[in-house]
Amino acid sequence: MFDIYCPHCQEHREEEEFHASGEAHIARPLDPDNCTDKEWAEYIYFRKNPRGIHHELWVHAAGCRKFFNITRDTQTYEIKETYKVGQQPTVTE
Amino acid sequence: MSDAIVEKTEVAAPVLIQVMNQVPAAGPRGESPLHHADLASVARQGNQQGGVTLQEVAFLGHLVIRGSIENSDFMSGAEKALGVALPGPLQSGQQGDVSVRWIAPDEWLVIVPGAEAFAMERALRDAMSGHVAVVNVSGGQTVINLSGANAREVLMKSTGYDVHDNNFPVGKVVTTTFAKSQAVIRRTGEQSWELVIRRSFADYLWLWLQDASKEFGLVVRT
Amino acid sequence: MTQQNRLQSGGRIQRNKALSFSYNGKTFKGFEGDTLASAMLANGIDVVGRSFKYSRPRGIVAAGPEEPNAVLQLGATEATQVPNVRATQQELFDGLVSNATNGWPNADMDLMGYVGKMGGRMMPPGFYYKTFMYPQSLWDTYESFIRKAAGLGRSPLENDPDTYDHLNQHADVMIVGAGPAGLSAALQAARSGARVLIADEQSEFGGSLLHSNEQIDGKPAAQWVAETVAELSSFNNVIMLPRSTVNGYHDHNFLTIHQRCTDHISDRAPEGQVRQRLHRVRAKWVVLASGAHERPLVFGHNDVPGVMVASAVSIYVNRYAVAPGKELVLMTTNDGAYQTALDWANAGRKVIAIVDTRANPQGELIEKARTAGLKVITGSAVIDVQGSKRVTGVSVAPIDADGGRVTGSIDRLSCDTVASSGGWSPVIHLSCHTGSRPVWNDDVIGFLPGETVQRQLTAGSINGEFNLKGCLEQGTRMGAQAAVNAGFEANVDAPAATAAVIAQGPAMALFHIPHNKPTSRAPKQFVDFQNDVTAAGIELATREGFESIEHVKRYTAMGFGTDQGKLGNINGMAIAAKSLNKTIPETGTTIFRPNYTPITFGAIAGRHCGELFDPKRYSSMHKWHVENGAKFEDVGQWKRPWYFPQAGESMQDALNRECLATRESVGILDASTLGKIDIQGKDCREFLARVYTNAWAKLPVGKCRYGLMCGEDGMVFDDGVTSCLGENHFLMTTTTGGAARVLTWLELYHQTEWPELEVYFNTVTDQWSTLTVSGPNSRKLLAELTDDIDLDRDNFKFMDWREGTMAGVPARVFRISFTGELSYEINVQANYGLHVWEKLFEAGAKYNLTPYGTETMHILRAEKGFIIAGQDTDGSVHPYDLGMGWCVAQKKPFSYIGKRGMAREDCVRDNRKQLVGLKTKDPQAVIPEGAQAVKDPNQPIPMTMLGHVTSSYYSAFLGHSVAMGFVRDGLSRMGETVYYPLADGSVIEAEICSPIFLDPKGERQNV
Repeated sequence: MFDIYCPHCQEHREEEEFHASGEAHIARPLDPDNCTDKEWAEYIYFRKNPRGIHHELWVHAAGCRKFFNITRDTQTYEIKETYKVGQQPTVTE
Repeated sequence: MSDAIVEKTEVAAPVLIQVMNQVPAAGPRGESPLHHADLASVARQGNQQGGVTLQEVAFLGHLVIRGSIENSDFMSGAEKALGVALPGPLQSGQQGDVSVRWIAPDEWLVIVPGAEAFAMERALRDAMSGHVAVVNVSGGQTVINLSGANAREVLMKSTGYDVHDNNFPVGKVVTTTFAKSQAVIRRTGEQSWELVIRRSFADYLWLWLQDASKEFGLVVRT
Repeated sequence: MTQQNRLQSGGRIQRNKALSFSYNGKTFKGFEGDTLASAMLANGIDVVGRSFKYSRPRGIVAAGPEEPNAVLQLGATEATQVPNVRATQQELFDGLVSNATNGWPNADMDLMGYVGKMGGRMMPPGFYYKTFMYPQSLWDTYESFIRKAAGLGRSPLENDPDTYDHLNQHADVMIVGAGPAGLSAALQAARSGARVLIADEQSEFGGSLLHSNEQIDGKPAAQWVAETVAELSSFNNVIMLPRSTVNGYHDHNFLTIHQRCTDHISDRAPEGQVRQRLHRVRAKWVVLASGAHERPLVFGHNDVPGVMVASAVSIYVNRYAVAPGKELVLMTTNDGAYQTALDWANAGRKVIAIVDTRANPQGELIEKARTAGLKVITGSAVIDVQGSKRVTGVSVAPIDADGGRVTGSIDRLSCDTVASSGGWSPVIHLSCHTGSRPVWNDDVIGFLPGETVQRQLTAGSINGEFNLKGCLEQGTRMGAQAAVNAGFEANVDAPAATAAVIAQGPAMALFHIPHNKPTSRAPKQFVDFQNDVTAAGIELATREGFESIEHVKRYTAMGFGTDQGKLGNINGMAIAAKSLNKTIPETGTTIFRPNYTPITFGAIAGRHCGELFDPKRYSSMHKWHVENGAKFEDVGQWKRPWYFPQAGESMQDALNRECLATRESVGILDASTLGKIDIQGKDCREFLARVYTNAWAKLPVGKCRYGLMCGEDGMVFDDGVTSCLGENHFLMTTTTGGAARVLTWLELYHQTEWPELEVYFNTVTDQWSTLTVSGPNSRKLLAELTDDIDLDRDNFKFMDWREGTMAGVPARVFRISFTGELSYEINVQANYGLHVWEKLFEAGAKYNLTPYGTETMHILRAEKGFIIAGQDTDGSVHPYDLGMGWCVAQKKPFSYIGKRGMAREDCVRDNRKQLVGLKTKDPQAVIPEGAQAVKDPNQPIPMTMLGHVTSSYYSAFLGHSVAMGFVRDGLSRMGETVYYPLADGSVIEAEICSPIFLDPKGERQNV
């Protein structure tokens, strides 16, 4: 059970208040109609599965309902930082 | 009954937002989410003393306000209509029988006496401008007041949120998990707490609270 | 029976409080303060079970959670049966009923013994893999055989009448273990003002001090414990939990504690009390002071009842005033265990000999033993034990300096009790739970906690500190340190309570005692008592090529019992390592996983059982549905009326009646569970256009429109009607099950992709009761309840909505139809839903207003070919597959969600499965949903499947069945025949047709 700092509520909350929503920073292509099938497949299906630092999108589902990002170590489960959508991570390796 | 934010005129200005008084003027009876539990009978026949006291405060006016804190017209307009400023994260405010709870960075829950919901919604809309929303959710949720020497322990059984004095002073508000549902929890006094719960989960939470309070003795008040 | 092994004085038992208990149907006496194990030993009960594989008699060997044998079935009644209770951890109470769980028919007279002895030879390591793999069809037979024999106990056949509970705790400093280190830590942390939680599995705090003869601060240790506990009790920032096992240490300092609140009082919890609690603790800092378990030595027939771990003997003597025998032989590799012989002698029992594996041991305790006249045999070991149901003697032989072989002649000594000590294994289980790998330490001769990312400190013998003084000092320091780390002021150099240091010589790293025969031919030398794993078995495993300890464990089942190898694992690893010519760390470490000790299902479930297992959500009209005999269907967490049978009606009768009444007059459905989302803001239309496949830019105020929602892959995931309430105000409806998902979907795109769009979403699902009135008489019925809504067919058209009053209640009325009939959905604030519902029935009697449930709804919509997202879609179909291309806009400026996805090569190819209607040749035949279509039912199996049936019902109104399903290229195969071969061998023949079976022109809804 993670202890997650919600950057909107500005305090730690229990994991059961949150849902994970996959890899962070997956931007929707600006011109989908001109994407190749391969590019579109990359966008909708292909995700990193790193051992170590990973940036993830979470939502504070049972709290403020806001999405935000988590930098998490997938080996140790340490959460290195949380930051709002639109911001960039400071921990990248 | 019908009322639009922009009054209908002969030239039929476009209706932007449909605002309606959802409460009948007189006659039709309403039934709160816990009506079927017949809390009045439980209050009469059940424990008169115990460590936990529960009371449903039914038929209040619940309004969700949405807007940006960077929109000063919104913030000042809301304060003007409510008589109290929109509070910051996890805080609440109260002015007379108007109370307001922070829910999210762009969301607050206002509770007023049931008959005043429509007037308050109009007052808010009149006073606020820009990208805002007001939603009447009076029928979709209810308020349960939980108090007593063991109220905190019942909360500890129900939510993973830390309800200790150090972390949850009077006036604080959190939206969090509650049993397998959710609640907006506000501390209203040293030994008293307010739960705002969703209508469809009310029966479940009533059963839960009875069960969780049993070892302390549950007193129901009307 | 008398308590023949009870000592005349001493112990922490209450001799004036005699308790009676039963074991295997016989009644015995014990005292308050006893554990079940100490009371059994007091009464001379030697055999407490039979071993799993060889069915050998087994006795109590330990005094704590590491006990492998005394695992009993408790419970005076069927409903209060608890399997898997370690007698060493169960406090005695008056009336306790216990039974051995293995041994058949009982532990003493064991039929399995004969089978087992034969089976023993037939059950080498790897037995499961070698034997039970084939034939798989016999697994059920094997399983029941094994369970019966294996002593796993049995679960009660009746409901547990007691209450269990969860409690969420938050602590600044959580301390695991209340021995000398834990108590010292708690004291320091408490004084800092931090919120302290200290838990210990035993009935009282004190840990090893409860049976110690040592002194702290010049006082008996037990007195120091009492004073410390008293001081801790005086703090209101300290929570003390005895009888509470910290069972799991999870990520981010989340720990679970299994507290047994009333298990020590009676078979059932006293009225109003909770029997067990699971504490869910989030701690800022954790101090693990979980102590160490003494390691028995592995030698021939070391499982005969009467062979015990040395410290357990001391615990029974000192704490419970029970000497579990008369004549003791102690075998040790270290100084500490000499205390057991001293305790035994002090109790007036005879010490036959202390057998020390070391050639020349020197130390304070050894001197003490010698001074007390105890016989010490050095450089020797107990290589074999005599006796079957009780030790009668031992074989002692000299061994070489590294304990590798027997070097001389064998002596026989008579005795009835053997205590052994191979040193101590730190209890590192919790530190392993979050993935930290333990580290071997040659000085400690054991594994120590490894590096961790948790905010965790350790103190005491978990660190290999086996001296009382050191434990007190570490605890004091770590308690203060934890408080400081958690943000409180504390002195990390504060003085600790003092204790004398007992000078000890070095211990010998010896685990497996040699025999004069090779291990494979020597008497059985048990490593894991629960799974009957022997030293020979482990050597065999390594010879068969299992080199990693994790593989050896799985092959031999070592450590797989309910004791999780607390006593045996290190010995087993040492034997494997030696056999492989490797060091222990080279052989690999073993990782412990939660839970530390078994936990009851009751504690895991807490209050989340029975009615409270999962929330049941109800609409405002639920009470009416119940009173009117509805059968309910679960839709997500909602309880929805399924159908409303009348007296004597079958389900099909009821459905036929409900359908006909709706088609011929008027029916009513409680549709309150539909998801409803209020959308406000100037960019509502743009947002809707991006998330729905069709156009929204020009929908006027007062109008409704159906929309399909797709994922980025182009596949349909939800649908519903959205109404334009105002230029900047829409009300979206979703499927009942999709409500939360759709709202999250909208928020996801709004928050992460299009924050510039000015729009707010709020759920109003619970705000509105939705009453769907459907049928040719619905307009007439509504007219009786409203005087301000113009229901005229031309003024209030299909797909319009109006605001007005219904039965005196402000309402929104939507003229939309999921039945194909003239139909209205009435939304009123949920407080008034039942009122309006009842008024409709008052006025509707003359129209035979008929309530219908979800099943009739399904039939009525299927007659019309309307899909249900989630039933007729499964995440692999796009709108064109559904024949719903009419709902897909091609010219919207923004490339909405799903557009690009459904244009992918695979989505536009021929030969996709498409949704079609299916008309059975036999009009009465109803194809089962899920049935697979084939072109030729006579083709060999496996047949080529063309698609499956998604919706299928009998239509009373049409007089024949109606079905929808996927067929490959179905839309261009109208009129063709497909076959549905069923499991029973029959075949249903059906013609591919339009899914719209009723009123294809839509005239009924436009009246």
